Amino acid sequence: MAECHPVGFQWVMEAKARGATVIHIDPRFTRTSAMADFHVPIRAGSDIAFLGGIIKYILDNEKYFPEYVVNYTNAATIVNEDFIDTEQLDGLFSGYNPKTGAYDNTSWGYEGMEEAPAAGRRLFRAGRETSEPGGHELGGRGASLPHSVVQRDETLQDPFCVFQILKRHYARYTPEMVEQICGVPPDEFARVCESVTANSGRERTTAWVYSVGWTQHSVGVQYIRGAAIIQLLLGNMGRPGGGILALRGHASIQGSTDIPTLFDLLPGYLPMPRAGVHGNLDQYLASIKSDGQKGFWTAADAYTVSLLKSWFGDAATKDNDFGFNWLPRISGDHGTYQTTLDMLDDKVEGYFLLGQNPAVGSANGKLQRLAMSHLKWLVVRDFSLIESATFWKDGPEVATGEMRPEDIGTEVFFLPPAAHTEKAGSFTQTQRMLQWHHKAVDPAGDCRSELQFFHDLGKRLREKIAASTLERDAPLRHLTWSYPVDETGEPDAEAVLREVNGQHLTGEKQGEMLSTFVEMKADGSTSGGCWIYTGVYTGGVNQSARRKPGSEQSWVAPEWGWAWPMNRRILYNRASADPDGKPWSERKAYVWWDERAGKWTGHDVPDFQATKAPSFRPEPGIGGPDGLAGDDPFIMQSDGKGWLYAPSGLLDGPLPAHYEPHESPLRNAMYTQQGNPTREVFPREENLTNPSFPESGSEVFPFVVTTYRLTEHHTAGAMSRWLPYLAELQPEFFCEVSPQLAAERGLEHLGWATIVTARTAIEARVMVTDRVVPLTVGGRVIHQIGLPYHWGVGGGGAIVSGDSANDVLGVALDANVLIQESKAASCDIRPGRRPTGPALVRFVEEYRKRAGISLDTGTTRFTPPDGGA
Amino acid sequence: MRRESFAAADPALDTGWTEAPPRKGFFTDGSICIGCKACEVACKEWNGIPEDGLSMLGMSYDNTGALGASTWRHVAFIERRGPSRSGGFTALPMVTDISGNDHAAAVDTAMHWLMSSDVCKHCTNAACLDVCPTGSLMRTEFGTVVIQAEICNGCGYCVPACPFGVIERREGPADARNVGVAQKCTLCYDRLSEGMTPACAQACPTQSIQFGDLDELRDRAERRVAELHAHGVTDARLYGADPNDGIGGAGAFFLLLDEPEVYGLPPDPVVTTRDLPEMWRAAALAGAALLAGAAAAFLRSR
Repeated sequence: MAECHPVGFQWVMEAKARGATVIHIDPRFTRTSAMADFHVPIRAGSDIAFLGGIIKYILDNEKYFPEYVVNYTNAATIVNEDFIDTEQLDGLFSGYNPKTGAYDNTSWGYEGMEEAPAAGRRLFRAGRETSEPGGHELGGRGASLPHSVVQRDETLQDPFCVFQILKRHYARYTPEMVEQICGVPPDEFARVCESVTANSGRERTTAWVYSVGWTQHSVGVQYIRGAAIIQLLLGNMGRPGGGILALRGHASIQGSTDIPTLFDLLPGYLPMPRAGVHGNLDQYLASIKSDGQKGFWTAADAYTVSLLKSWFGDAATKDNDFGFNWLPRISGDHGTYQTTLDMLDDKVEGYFLLGQNPAVGSANGKLQRLAMSHLKWLVVRDFSLIESATFWKDGPEVATGEMRPEDIGTEVFFLPPAAHTEKAGSFTQTQRMLQWHHKAVDPAGDCRSELQFFHDLGKRLREKIAASTLERDAPLRHLTWSYPVDETGEPDAEAVLREVNGQHLTGEKQGEMLSTFVEMKADGSTSGGCWIYTGVYTGGVNQSARRKPGSEQSWVAPEWGWAWPMNRRILYNRASADPDGKPWSERKAYVWWDERAGKWTGHDVPDFQATKAPSFRPEPGIGGPDGLAGDDPFIMQSDGKGWLYAPSGLLDGPLPAHYEPHESPLRNAMYTQQGNPTREVFPREENLTNPSFPESGSEVFPFVVTTYRLTEHHTAGAMSRWLPYLAELQPEFFCEVSPQLAAERGLEHLGWATIVTARTAIEARVMVTDRVVPLTVGGRVIHQIGLPYHWGVGGGGAIVSGDSANDVLGVALDANVLIQESKAASCDIRPGRRPTGPALVRFVEEYRKRAGISLDTGTTRFTPPDGGA
Repeated sequence: MRRESFAAADPALDTGWTEAPPRKGFFTDGSICIGCKACEVACKEWNGIPEDGLSMLGMSYDNTGALGASTWRHVAFIERRGPSRSGGFTALPMVTDISGNDHAAAVDTAMHWLMSSDVCKHCTNAACLDVCPTGSLMRTEFGTVVIQAEICNGCGYCVPACPFGVIERREGPADARNVGVAQKCTLCYDRLSEGMTPACAQACPTQSIQFGDLDELRDRAERRVAELHAHGVTDARLYGADPNDGIGGAGAFFLLLDEPEVYGLPPDPVVTTRDLPEMWRAAALAGAALLAGAAAAFLRSR
């Protein structure tokens, strides 16, 4: 965190000054480790074993928070007897189909919910159909359930209750197993377990902070699930100082999922309609919610219709389903990596790159560059001529002869953008807080904001089709697209925020801003571009622009910016009070039930129906918000409880299980099943995989490689390698190795090394450092090699350049969210510089031969029981 | 120049300012520096200092190297496993952790990455200022030491005079400002004159670089060291905070977590001109003796 988010790390330092213990668990020793109370080096790709070990420690030593666990989680809920755990199936859950590499999750459900969840729910993943939505689509909620009637055993003794399933599932995640898989000695592991559990309970809370070191894995979603189980067992959710905090790579990554750049989402985590499934609005809504489930998602009709009213205005009427059929439909996986492969197959003609540099920043750089060379046109909006704009003339493949500029027909349009100081707008950070930034100076020359660029583009497209009567042009013709602009043509960003907030369209409040999404209606009388953001313009005031100093308000600081939903700073904060509505402790009091006033109150906006008493119990079968009991704090979950066990919503299992990375020099010590059996693989010549167990040849790539960032650079380097004051701080691409590996492979400090995988070989300067330690894993010494990924070859005018770490990585994805596994792979390293020109291709080819790599290597998801034979 | 006490009470008044604000300085707390180098970048941005080298040095994560003409703030990284030189405890728990582990009693085997954030010390007795023949180096009303580039003739006397190796003559690039002229930290004299905080302190995200009235900073630093000692960080110590040291105390002083040598700092810095009056006296005496001898010889030969 200190390494990649130094500004945010000031708050960790402040917490430390107040007595917080800071533990850093990371393959790397970074600036964060330097500041932590202690650092735990771990093998990249082994965290589920580590987290599972903590879960076992909590359960075995009865360190969980009993009242919280029984009342606020699904620990007591009884699961379908057909569910079979990985312990019985040697690394698989029940319902796995080895042919498709996908699960039918019917058997994972709660007892009494054997029927399939809400109808019409199908998800497409790289040509495979699975029965459940997952991933980003669930960014704002748990998966839906047919109804909320569950069977519970609050003694937690029933063998099919979640609590007992959890115990059995993690029975073998012992400290010895943690050592064998993660390379963390038992005494170090015990120190983590003791610190975390001692600092949790009524009086204290612990927070987990993660970043892409957890997400960029073929099992990334289950890493976060592992932390979620720990936090729920320890009672650390919905309480001050608790939670699981995601750090983002850019200023508004949270914002770009809320109002999404993701292919499978509409604003506010509404799913994108699917071709052939969602023929009309009713079919679509039926797939989002079932009226029998609890919680606020049952109002999805109001959120959807208000969104359609925002986009299509008066053209959206009840008679035409409010323009629902003008929305595009998705027909499969249109994620970034699938799109790249589609380019390669000439299925994609044009591409926009806005502040993104896939030639350097995405896994398998060569695949990215080859794919872009198949485009007809490419628009690059960036501060400088990044490698993605110039790869066709100076990329590594031009040097090797794999790409010839004269063969490439891609027309590249390079357009200069305005920087954040040159335009107004909002950033949404990881606490879901919107913070407004005002324009400080006008952009230079032809630089334009994204807002102006897309507004102009929309205007021009609409002019072109103004006279069209074609049905396909109807969405564009009916789009509301009139934003006030200033003398430079820059649209008023606050007008966009007002549209996002939504307003009353009819009645006596007509024209007034909505103050909460609860006011949204499904009859077309309200608008709102993203229901969770409703309230950001309450009272006609831009609430996100508030900057009242912390010293002038309460410690929760509700008047700094604005957090969705409804300016709540901590989600699910009903859990900060006990079942009777009293704070768990005075020290950790946050919101509570005021008996005399008959309502919830406290330091934050209560995340609960304001006047629902803790003792309230709904009639069985009632759905929606009214179905929530007075002690159901997780109000967006379909049963009101925190999910230790996820009966639906995940494609790779209801509980995290340890699998080896897609590429690993080690055999899975926990199960026969080697890798995540649902991971997405792409067997192609341009995306070959190093062998892993049970294949032979893995000894050719005996080392673990991981990629990361340095403080001095920003991601793929467009905002740092072109700036002298940053470029000079980290001028050259380097690899970090331990003194032991250096001795073993003859690597010299400040010399050169070549790093090889099935994809390609790259060269880096060598940094030999004690900060990298070899780990003893399964009785074997495992060396890890660290590669910062900021450099690239080519580009116009970069002050520093170098080989790109992402070139050695392949593309294998987590099935839930389609994120690439770039934090753990296998590789070889040798001293000296890599061959150049066509010799580089031959050099890599020789490695492939030696390891016996074919198109199929590494792409068999299922490991047969005789895998070791 | 004669001083009653070696440590000047107020260097600004001592140098002839008739009215001076309280002496300003930096307290750089190395125990909370996270090594982000925002200070280095902010300093270069504000002061228009040129980029000065694009090579990897292999000094841990530091590729700046040292303070010099084009590096006025510098953060180095010191990698060390185990206890400090003095055998003390360096790990940085601010309090005893609640699992009951007594860090002070523990054996320190951990990896440490010490952050060494360095800058011109703005000495109370500044040798650079003493040796400057043009008066380019001056004492400001804030008690800081500043080079007036337009007066400097580039003689370079100040370079070896500095006991810390802070000052350097800028050799290039040719199109940069002040090439051939001695350069160093001004404690952002221009910003101070406008009531602003120096750029490096302003940019520091963890308040590791604290700017303010020197007296107050010294008090604050003493409390910080006491706090760290109380929590078992026995290696914490101040460097340059003592008005009775060899430079009369620094205007910019530091909290270190190991011996000064580990940070590349002289353990007992002495103003290089301290002995100058004595030397001049000795030289005068020697000269007089020589003259007397010559006279005697002359007389004798008569």
